[in-house]
Amino acid sequence: MSLILTPNIPDTDGLYQELVEAHDGLSAEESEAFNARLILTLANHIGDRDVLRQAIEVVRKSSGGNVQN
Amino acid sequence: MIEDRYSTASTLYPYCRVSDQDAEPRRHPVVIVGAGPVGLALALDLGQRGTPTLVLDDHEGPGAGSKAICFAKRTLDIAHRLGAAKKMVEKGVVWNVGRVFYGGEQLFEFNLLPESGHRHPAFINLQQPYFEQYLIECIRVEQSKGTPIEIRGRNQVTALTDKGDFVALEVDTPEGTYKIEAEFVVACDGARSPTRDMMGLSFDGRVFEDNFLIADVRMEAELPTERWFWFHPTFAPNVQSTLLHKQPDDIWRIDFQLGWDIDRDKELDPSRICSRVDALLSSQTGDVPDYELHWTSIYTFQCRRMQEFRKGRIFFAGDSAHQVSPFGARGANSGVQDAENLAWKLDLVLKGLAPSALLDSYSSERTFGADENILNSSRATDFMTPKSKAATIFRDAALDLARDHAFARTIINSGRLSVPCVYDGHAHFVQDALTNGPEVTRPGAPCPDAPVEGGFLLDNLKGNFTVLAIGFDCSKLKLIDGVAVDVLCIHKPSEYLQERYLGGGKSAVYLIRPDQHVVGRWPEFSEDKIRAALLTALGKEPI
Ligand SMILES: Cc1cc2nc3c(=O)[nH]c(=O)nc-3n(C[C@H](O)[C@H](O)[C@H](O)COP(=O)(O)OP(=O)(O)OC[C@H]3O[C@@H](n4cnc5c(N)ncnc54)[C@H](O)[C@@H]3O)c2cc1C
Repeated sequence: MSLILTPNIPDTDGLYQELVEAHDGLSAEESEAFNARLILTLANHIGDRDVLRQAIEVVRKSSGGNVQN
Repeated sequence: MIEDRYSTASTLYPYCRVSDQDAEPRRHPVVIVGAGPVGLALALDLGQRGTPTLVLDDHEGPGAGSKAICFAKRTLDIAHRLGAAKKMVEKGVVWNVGRVFYGGEQLFEFNLLPESGHRHPAFINLQQPYFEQYLIECIRVEQSKGTPIEIRGRNQVTALTDKGDFVALEVDTPEGTYKIEAEFVVACDGARSPTRDMMGLSFDGRVFEDNFLIADVRMEAELPTERWFWFHPTFAPNVQSTLLHKQPDDIWRIDFQLGWDIDRDKELDPSRICSRVDALLSSQTGDVPDYELHWTSIYTFQCRRMQEFRKGRIFFAGDSAHQVSPFGARGANSGVQDAENLAWKLDLVLKGLAPSALLDSYSSERTFGADENILNSSRATDFMTPKSKAATIFRDAALDLARDHAFARTIINSGRLSVPCVYDGHAHFVQDALTNGPEVTRPGAPCPDAPVEGGFLLDNLKGNFTVLAIGFDCSKLKLIDGVAVDVLCIHKPSEYLQERYLGGGKSAVYLIRPDQHVVGRWPEFSEDKIRAALLTALGKEPI
């Protein structure tokens, strides 16, 4: 299976809000820990090593913070 | 003069003058440098095959102190063939339950409940000097039967040169030096291998920036025979992790992970060690039982290996060839697998029954095994000693999740069970011809045990090539190209044997190497196919 990179969440705005709100009141450290737990939980759900490898690669290549033109 | 580099647990091979010391250099078929567990296992294996073997060690018995304690099933299986396993299992502590704690709280427990239908448990705990002692006892029994094995204590190899058709060695003793020659030399001289240094060969890898304080404590405690592992233990505020594990003789191994920047002398102060041990014990039992410190030391760990384990007529086996961190117990366990891989090959080459090119497969197979062990123990060590902030965050996330969720428990890594590697795709094995055959017995795999009439399957794999025919009456194979072949016909396979060797089918034929790895397997008996596979296994072109 290949990693889905086209829109795939029925309620994107709702999910986005939920993600951000889950961090409300958390310190920067707690947020990092929360994200790590979330990643591990989602990774287990996906369970497909190929898909996960592709995801890591895609994220590695996306510029993350330093926008370059 | 030969200096003691360490104290010994007992004197098992005292120095004794031999005629070689007064003679012109005498040629020995195999000289093994080092009588550690690997050198001894190799000597026993070679000797039992009838190849004269000389072991030189610069001490007179096994080193005292905290080294290996966990011996895995594969080591017991090999020791069983060599004759030492019974004592190991009788003396050893069998354990199955492990508990993982995070802070003051238990996260989960696991049970290595041994799969049924094997002679040996998954693991036993036994102090390394006992293992070495039992191997020596087997060697003494063999010697009394005339088996050609000799061990010379206080014999230090100080120089060696590969002369092309033999190796010249210089040996130092309390009564001066002498010279010998060998057709083959196996350096089983440990992680600091002087042989490797004398040959100028490199030993590259990673040092883990961490110190482990190891305290072996003698006490009669009412603690269960389990492996307990703490991440961030509350009883030891600055310690990353702690391990508690039982050994025979009421001795408990305690490992404290102290970190990189420590004052070694201060940490080795017995009163400081006792305060750590007191805190651990009182947090578990409420008070501090009587105990004494049996042995203490501080270790740092490395994972590294030589590029090749063969250089001409000189071989490297055990810690001299590869070193791993102890999490997962892969040091001695994998070294014993090196020994069993090399013994039959050297024996057949020396007897002229296999081409010397077969010896290259020792290096290719065992470097492959070493890489797998290094990978596993590096991963365990990286989990325990996270290398970055992100690694720490993920580690702690997994620990937090493990309390409630089974999936996260599988991420927690304080060492994975040591299992032998499968030589998938290696040159001396043939294509799997048994459709739907079980994975565990594919070509390259070590044979798993299974009950057979009167005992266990592995009892019947005695060190020759073996044809295992399940559900067949097979013809009377004896010798192929001069190489002895044992035939084992099983007409009524036990359920376990069916599950592990037949899969769905009704019958199968296996060709198994002397080291109990599967060469090939077929649904039907065909002498031609077995012969061709055997020639492949020996490194001869199939005729
Ligand atoms: C704290 C700790 C815990 C461990 N736990 C485990 C475990 O649970 N399970 C496991 O499988 N492994 C474990 N290991 C690893 C295990 O101890 C080693 O892998 C094992 O000792 C290697 O055996 P060896 O025969 O290759 O070398 P060694 O045991 O080092 O033996 C080498 C021998 O060669 C001799 N020698 C050296 N130079 C010369 C010379 N020039 N001439 C003659 N003789 C010489 C030495 O005196 C010595 O007797 C542990 C190690 C440590 C430190």
